Amino acid sequence: MTAAPARILETQALTARYGHVQALSAADIHVCAGELVAVLGPNGAGKSTLLRAILGLASTTGTASFHGEPLPRQDPVAVSSRGVVLVPEGRGIFGPMTVSENLQLGAYRLRGDKAEYGRRLARVLALFPRLGERLSQTAGSMSGGEQQMLAIGRALMSDPKILLLDEPSLGLAPRVIAEIMEKLALLRDEGLPILLVEQKAPAALKLAQRAYVLVLGRIVACLDPRDLSSHDDLAKYYFH
Amino acid sequence: MTLPNTTSTERAGLLLRAWPLQLLPWAVSAAIVGYAFIVGGYVATVIAFALVYVVFVTGLNLFMGFANQVSFGQNAFAGLGGYASAILTTTYNWPVLPAMIAGIVLAVVIALIIGYPTLRLKGHYLAMATLAIGLITYEIAVEWQSMTQGYLGISGIPPLGIGSYEIISDRGQLAILSIVALLAVFIAARIKSSRMGRAFLALGASENAALALGINVSRTKLIAFLTAAAFAALAGALFVHVVGYVSPEVFGLHMVILGFTMLYVGGIGSIAGPLIGALLISLLPEVLRGFKDYQDLFYGTALILLLIYAPRGLAAFFERRERTGSAS
Repeated sequence: MTAAPARILETQALTARYGHVQALSAADIHVCAGELVAVLGPNGAGKSTLLRAILGLASTTGTASFHGEPLPRQDPVAVSSRGVVLVPEGRGIFGPMTVSENLQLGAYRLRGDKAEYGRRLARVLALFPRLGERLSQTAGSMSGGEQQMLAIGRALMSDPKILLLDEPSLGLAPRVIAEIMEKLALLRDEGLPILLVEQKAPAALKLAQRAYVLVLGRIVACLDPRDLSSHDDLAKYYFH
Repeated sequence: MTLPNTTSTERAGLLLRAWPLQLLPWAVSAAIVGYAFIVGGYVATVIAFALVYVVFVTGLNLFMGFANQVSFGQNAFAGLGGYASAILTTTYNWPVLPAMIAGIVLAVVIALIIGYPTLRLKGHYLAMATLAIGLITYEIAVEWQSMTQGYLGISGIPPLGIGSYEIISDRGQLAILSIVALLAVFIAARIKSSRMGRAFLALGASENAALALGINVSRTKLIAFLTAAAFAALAGALFVHVVGYVSPEVFGLHMVILGFTMLYVGGIGSIAGPLIGALLISLLPEVLRGFKDYQDLFYGTALILLLIYAPRGLAAFFERRERTGSAS
């Protein structure tokens, strides 16, 4: 009998509110070492809120823990310093700044260690060679796909222990989505745990070892993508 | 793997091609200051005031242009710096330099006390709160007559100088103000390229994205506010020692409006913007003086045209071109 893989990230009864509106209800999820876990669901299901709640950007009850230690609540700086790094919805790149400056900000906590900075930059540019060609270009002037690459590259510059990705396919052409997903598969294969929130379920299910389905703020299913034979298998949860 | 990059020769070539355009605003500004230095008199006084505003607007630019926050209350910190230096030199016979430093320290301490709760606000709410700071400071300057002389103001403020050496001549004042303004611009440039400056810019672009990268947004915002307050206080202190007189009107809402105009016309978020804006907005009324009764009409029209045809400010014309390559 093999031992169950270690749980890197775990939430227990994680609930989030925006004022009087409860956007997430008692969510229990976990991500194991080296795993890519997808969170699927229709628009407004609370997927982005789940990531914001883990990071401490939303008002929450319940717990979120990383490597067994509870993550601080309402303190995203402390959470990200543990290596829990979010690539936000809409990419959140710093448009007026150059690609190089955006990447430097990714390594914000790295104070003056040039060798380590160079190592991280080389890794990012090896993964996304196109960023290397655009280092002195303003980030806002790049295409949507390149901006998404930059957003992921910038997150990698902080040497994350787990990556939280919010809708990386948003507004991108299918060819570009395939390219981004291919890069995420590479990161997964390198052993980086990823929690991927995605509306485009087929693309996410190709990569994920497990998938949670979130509807109206509640986790309604935890699936093994290999068990899904057709879109209808997934659709039934959306109309739960 | 080899990192895609330019060779040192290519970089040098790029730099040389970009330099004439980037250097133009600096060269024109130097020529204007140089001209004022040669002719002296009224022109030198106008440019001296413009250079004081360069310091004030450079600070405003750090908070508004880099960190993308709003403050209508920077006049309060200019007032604090100005009044503190005026009172310490006239009532308590302090030397000018320590009095100016004390004024800056006071303004930064007050900015810390006010900024800590105020900077939790965002957008219009922050704008209204900072406007209130300016109005309250103005009222204190009017009402605290035993210290400020109210509307009468404080006169006989000693000129700039170190120890027993006083800079009385308009050319001497222009020279020292040029050095201080240049230093202020240099400090702003250093801040922009520093780790803290990049945090200012990140905060200005997206607070959530900055937080997600581990940037302490509240602290960064406060540091930007304190730095801007220090620049404003320095400008206020310079002003009172150049004019030799201070009254509440000097640091009224007019100062904020003028500062905003200079910042937006010059180019918000750019290093050269405050310099271009302060010189242009100070010189424009003098250039248009010949139109007599229509002077204000031409001034207003000129500002509207500038903002229509240069919405990012005049400094945008002189930015490095390779930063805005096309998307593909």
